[in-house]
Amino acid sequence: MAEVAESPADRGTASPRPLFAGLSDISISQDIPIEGEITIPMRSRSREFDSSTLNESVQNTIMRDLKAVGKKFMHVLYPRKSNTLLRDWDLWGPLILCVTLALMLQRGSVDSEKDGGPQFAEVFVIVWFGAVTITLNSKLLGGNISFFQSLCVLGYCILPLTVAMLICRLVLLAEQGPINFMVRLFVVVVMFAWSIVASTAFLADSQPPNRKALAVYPVFLFYFVISWMILTFTPQ
Amino acid sequence: MAAADELAFHEFEEATNLLAETPGAATTSRSDQLTSPGHVAVAVGSGSSYGAEDPEEEEGDRTALLQEEKPQPGFWTFGYYQSFFDVDTSQVLDRIKGSLLPRPGHNFVRHHLRNRPDLYGPFWICATLAFVLAVTGNLTLVLAQRRDPSIHYSPQFHKVTVAGITIYCYSWLVPLALWGFLRWRQGVRERVGPYSFLETVCVYGYSLFVFIPTVVLWLIPVPWLQWLFGALALALSAAGLVLTLWPVVREDTRLVAAALLSTVVLLHALLAMGCKLYFFQPLPPEQVAPPAHVTSVVLHTQLPPTVARSVATS
Repeated sequence: MAEVAESPADRGTASPRPLFAGLSDISISQDIPIEGEITIPMRSRSREFDSSTLNESVQNTIMRDLKAVGKKFMHVLYPRKSNTLLRDWDLWGPLILCVTLALMLQRGSVDSEKDGGPQFAEVFVIVWFGAVTITLNSKLLGGNISFFQSLCVLGYCILPLTVAMLICRLVLLAEQGPINFMVRLFVVVVMFAWSIVASTAFLADSQPPNRKALAVYPVFLFYFVISWMILTFTPQ
Repeated sequence: MAAADELAFHEFEEATNLLAETPGAATTSRSDQLTSPGHVAVAVGSGSSYGAEDPEEEEGDRTALLQEEKPQPGFWTFGYYQSFFDVDTSQVLDRIKGSLLPRPGHNFVRHHLRNRPDLYGPFWICATLAFVLAVTGNLTLVLAQRRDPSIHYSPQFHKVTVAGITIYCYSWLVPLALWGFLRWRQGVRERVGPYSFLETVCVYGYSLFVFIPTVVLWLIPVPWLQWLFGALALALSAAGLVLTLWPVVREDTRLVAAALLSTVVLLHALLAMGCKLYFFQPLPPEQVAPPAHVTSVVLHTQLPPTVARSVATS
């Protein structure tokens, strides 16, 4: 919506005259109303940018978010001390992972609900309220990480355990037995250790040094509970 | 610095004895200025790695002094709750050690809490205990199913909820009742100085820590050993509670003191036994319904030692 300052000669009601002709002859004896809009070029450029993301195709928007989520997955799988997870936090990844995990942990409701495994709501509540509790704990202990950054890191570091859940489900298609259990136990333990290492790499630096263990222990408990839920999953 | 440490050590003993005799004396801020948490650790005897932390301890002294002078923030601010998490790893470990080994001369609240209760310990010890109870209770079901395949294994996830609610209610409601009762008696006797509510919660929270290894040891499927471990844990935990409450209660009439202490021990014993019976009772099989205790005894004796060892090492 860029507009140029209009001279009175461009208005439709004025008589057509060449632009600026006879300007030197004009003696302003009456008020010449001037109308128009003055816009600064920079602002017009940013407005162009906004409208371009508004007008872009849905595929572009989704792909951009998916690429950001995928990049963070890579950071979790190969944990290095980088700030990418912390700087541009988003909660899409944790949501995807939590829903996937909760769906896979659900059994058919054929057997009695009292004795069953965790239902969808229970997994959801454990993951999100556990993450919130750990974040609050970390902030109360004096950590300098923001609330959503911590939620983001904890949620993304569930990725190894989700992979473990996938592998366990595949392994459970084979026949049951002690070897089956050993394989699942090994996979879950390895992924549990990976989750802890990944989340500690991001979270440990935000705590004062004499309280690191206090902040890391609840993370350990959180992933231990999730690993337990994965390990005790038995299809029926 | 060794001479200064020696002087500070003796001073600390006198101050703590004075405090223990007259718990109502308004010397909390003075006592905090006389010693620092680092010296507390030295006094308790766990002085393994504190020599290297002297500059940090001095800074802790200064910040502790400064904190004492600041007014308490309102309960609607974040800083208010942050003051309850103002503990270091070494302090938490020291408090846990103090609750595991109660000594008659050392009052837990005066020596270990130093009148600065924290909420980190009680909260996370209760959470750990709730999850460990549910997990090991499920593990005994796995062990029972190994021997008797007719037992239907299920993850029993509802036990996590039950365990959590029980432990948290116990560790918050019982200290509330105890604190209320002590305040009422304080009003009757016109003495100052029962513990504050948070200190009572702290005492109960840290006293539950001894049950965590006990619950793990309850996996061993030998019944008399399980009861032995349970009794040992209960004795340690209740001793800690009684020794902490004794200085407050001994001024009262004998009847009230005896009643209060026996109620505290009884509630603790009820919690321990309830956990043992509820979480470690294997379910009877669905088709046959023998009495539950007969089933558990039969299953425990059927487990041969070799299978138990191989399962324990897996």
